[in-house]
Amino acid sequence: MRNLPTRLLVVLTLLLGINYLAWRWLESLNWDAWWIAVPLVAAETYSLIDVGLFGLTVWKKKQRTAPPAPADATVDVFITTYNEPPEMVLETALAAKAIRHPHSTWILDDGAREEVRELARDHGLGYLTRSPDWADRPRHSKAGNLNNALMETQGEFLLILDADQVPDPAILEKTLGYFNNRRVALVQTPQYFANVPDDDPLGSQAPLFYGPIQQGKDGWNAAFFCGSNAVLRREALMQLGLSGYVKEVEQGVTRALKASRTALRRARKSPEAADPLVAGLLDDVESATERARAELRAGVSLSEVTYRVRRTVDEAVQSLVGADFLSLEADLADIAALEQGTESALPDGDELDGGELDGAIERMSHRDLSPLAALESVQEVLDALSIERSAEAQPIMPMATISVTEDMATSMGMHAMGWQSVYHHEILATGLAPEDLSTMLTQRLRWAQGTIQVLLRENPLVRRGLGLAQRLMYFATMWSYLSGFAAVVYFAAPVIYLTLGVLPVTGISSEFFLRFVPFMVVNQLLFAVTGRGIPTWRGQQYSLALFPTWIRACTTAARNVWFGRPLGFAVTPKTRQESGPRWDLIRPQLIVMALLAAALIVGVVRLAAGLNEPIGTLVNVAWVAFDLLVLSVLIKAVKYKGFTPEKRSVDAVQH
Amino acid sequence: MRFSTEQKDSYTEVSGTGRLNMVAAPKLREVVGEVVSAGNKRIVLNMLATDFIDSSGLGALIGCLKMARQAGGDLRIACVQPQVKMVLELTSMNRVLTPHATAEGAFSND
Repeated sequence: MRNLPTRLLVVLTLLLGINYLAWRWLESLNWDAWWIAVPLVAAETYSLIDVGLFGLTVWKKKQRTAPPAPADATVDVFITTYNEPPEMVLETALAAKAIRHPHSTWILDDGAREEVRELARDHGLGYLTRSPDWADRPRHSKAGNLNNALMETQGEFLLILDADQVPDPAILEKTLGYFNNRRVALVQTPQYFANVPDDDPLGSQAPLFYGPIQQGKDGWNAAFFCGSNAVLRREALMQLGLSGYVKEVEQGVTRALKASRTALRRARKSPEAADPLVAGLLDDVESATERARAELRAGVSLSEVTYRVRRTVDEAVQSLVGADFLSLEADLADIAALEQGTESALPDGDELDGGELDGAIERMSHRDLSPLAALESVQEVLDALSIERSAEAQPIMPMATISVTEDMATSMGMHAMGWQSVYHHEILATGLAPEDLSTMLTQRLRWAQGTIQVLLRENPLVRRGLGLAQRLMYFATMWSYLSGFAAVVYFAAPVIYLTLGVLPVTGISSEFFLRFVPFMVVNQLLFAVTGRGIPTWRGQQYSLALFPTWIRACTTAARNVWFGRPLGFAVTPKTRQESGPRWDLIRPQLIVMALLAAALIVGVVRLAAGLNEPIGTLVNVAWVAFDLLVLSVLIKAVKYKGFTPEKRSVDAVQH
Repeated sequence: MRFSTEQKDSYTEVSGTGRLNMVAAPKLREVVGEVVSAGNKRIVLNMLATDFIDSSGLGALIGCLKMARQAGGDLRIACVQPQVKMVLELTSMNRVLTPHATAEGAFSND
């Protein structure tokens, strides 16, 4: 039982945590200061749930060794790029070409750059850009880029690499073997960055995530897809795309048929409907949609139902326009006859012959010119009665497009369909992390926004097809992105006590220490044991220190999902952005630091004046010190000037 | 996979022999694309000799259906084998495409 010590600590942490929190809720709440007492106990509850989810994650930590790769597996290696420097793309692509297992290497250039095309051609690499179908349609960034490539390639498996992730030649040999299990759809490997100094000022490495957390999720068959350095099974992806397509079409058609009655009623009241020709058409449309509704209920397939509606309406339009045309022609002939005083028709040269007439009727019946075009609501219903999904570039979108982070949503979809995933804990690709705070903040914001989007659009807790543990594993990651709100409370509470003397608890008694200290000690022990040999402090610092980013991610994602507002989305630049230290980027944190420091001084003064009690002051001073220690990482981050390889500095000394 | 096309009275029949998988999928799209651009709008895919289909094959069917629709026509499938029928049901694709018993009958009610 390798996991036994961890499990004991998990159980102990939770028991002690509940022991503390129950006391906080039931006996220690200072209702006189509810405005800080309730937020604080809520923040503490948030944290305990977070610890609980972490405990559940590491409970089944799984360590795997890769089975041998099947020699005949066909693989496409995709290198996704948008605006990264061509040299960087080429370096990755050449390393990809050198991967040992037989495969095809493709550069997926969303920037459609001529220079990259030529580099690919010169080095015998595949090169793909979006097909013309994508013009004027939603591009869905990286997910769209991959979906486009999926239609152009044929490999059984796909290795997906970001433009900066230089793969190890063994990456396929070490991962393909897992697919011998025919239910496995995904093998994710760690993301590791070469351009990061040991003290990692920007918190780029995620050793806790690409370690105990993914290994733990793997134990519950819930290891996520993280966008790069992963191998996927095409069949699983395509199946996901198909099921999405069927769902989308079914919803679209059902919705359109539901809307059709209202649309027709509205159309009948419009001035256009006064024209008997239009009124007659509306009757035809109505009977066609009524029939479609009945057929759909009887189980006729969506393509045949929609085809019949379209044909019926087209025929009706054509015959009515035709009738109109014929009468128009007759009128013209009469007029001509009157003018010329003869009974003969139009002069031969001007007369429409049969073929021309048919052509003209067909042109007039064309959607844009048809009398129905004026009746927007009806036309919308008819357009929506379709199986072509014409608002999208492709009917089948295997990579999820509901979020700016397509990866998590995609693996959740695959898990919900019963596919399995694997986390292979071995660095098999080396990438480049952002080297300045601005880029790093953009990247973290994007991840957080994407995660919250998935939470709001496809809440894993109620997602059909997922097991309970899988639901909780996805939820755990989403939950951790809510930490920004708790952080604000954790910064505010000690400042409020030290400056105003307002305590959120009824009193700092020995009971507080007896309940809180053991919980905290065991909790830290749990982190120490699960993160053995892993630097986890940076991650802990950033989860609190980036509170403005996390809060902004939550609010922008919510506005986006609920009100359709744009996210303000940016592609993460892979090269350094040149400029001096950007103190402006951490203004909220600087203000918080100033408030914390000021609170220390005020707190000591108030203690001396006998306004605050000694124990309360001591606890809160320690708390402030912890907060400042957490936030101090940002000072280092702002001043960070980018990565200088060790070797180069040694050389500089020698010369 | 081999494909053949035959012009019938009221439709064009495309027959596929072999496995309609990720390798054959682009070829099917190509064949149907040619049929459509030659002006044939009503197409029946006869799957009597198609003994296997995967999700990429189904994806190609959707792509072909879209092509036919955009040209103002339709694509139907006929004579599906048990494996194909099973996959259609498994992916709920039978909600979109009806497998017809015979190629002749595929357009009988339209």
